[in-house]
Amino acid sequence: MNGVYTWGGILVIVVASVIGDVLLARAMKQVGDVHALWRSSGLWTVVGRTLRNPNFSLGIVAMAFAFFSLLFALSWGDVSLVAPAAASLTFIGNAFAARVFLHERVDRRRWIAAVLVACGVGLLAG
Amino acid sequence: MLSHGMRQTGAISLHHPLGLILAVLNPWVAVGILLLLAFFATYTTALSWADLTYVLPATSLGYVLLALVARFVLHEQVSPLRWLGIALISGGVGFVAGGPALTTHQPQHDEVVVGVRGVSKSPLLAKDARGGAPGGIEL
Repeated sequence: MNGVYTWGGILVIVVASVIGDVLLARAMKQVGDVHALWRSSGLWTVVGRTLRNPNFSLGIVAMAFAFFSLLFALSWGDVSLVAPAAASLTFIGNAFAARVFLHERVDRRRWIAAVLVACGVGLLAG
Repeated sequence: MLSHGMRQTGAISLHHPLGLILAVLNPWVAVGILLLLAFFATYTTALSWADLTYVLPATSLGYVLLALVARFVLHEQVSPLRWLGIALISGGVGFVAGGPALTTHQPQHDEVVVGVRGVSKSPLLAKDARGGAPGGIEL
């Protein structure tokens, strides 16, 4: 039964992390190229425009939720399972989500990269 | 740094959550939080001009750096499986870095994009044409 809780926790972490990353990426694309904006309008314009973006705030909330889910999952399962599994699956989930929600062109090169990095993180953190 | 600082601070009881706030006063914890904020700022900056599927694999180089610091600075043993993990991450990042940084095009509010055919002519990628990653691929 503890295994169900652990994998359920991992699933929640992955979903919340992916939502957070996608929302942050969308927010920053809406804000625009930070370097160009900083040069033309100044740092405070960049900060203000970023903080006022609702996707940015929602992204932060999702990431905070993922972090607290991680704490809960760590209380149910081993850190050697939860941390690498959540990190690896987040890379794969992000590749799917970026393709569907951000309309990024996730070609074979990026899929291979996502799988390699996911396996590598699993081996390093495991 | 956070872990070093929190060990200096000592265990924080759930009955005295104020201890968590006081822990921020520890210089190691404060510097650790500042570095985390710097990571977040550079990560979001990179997301403003590059794809999520381009930036995210690059952030995993942090795991590689951590393992190398553990091996060569802290003189910890790194198992062959972990070396394989380092090789896989490096290979993955190399794979994605060889492609374009941005595959979706969104005209900027303060930039006029003229005659864009494909991402390689995007002004956002002009930095890439100068050589090297703009703003630094943040670890």
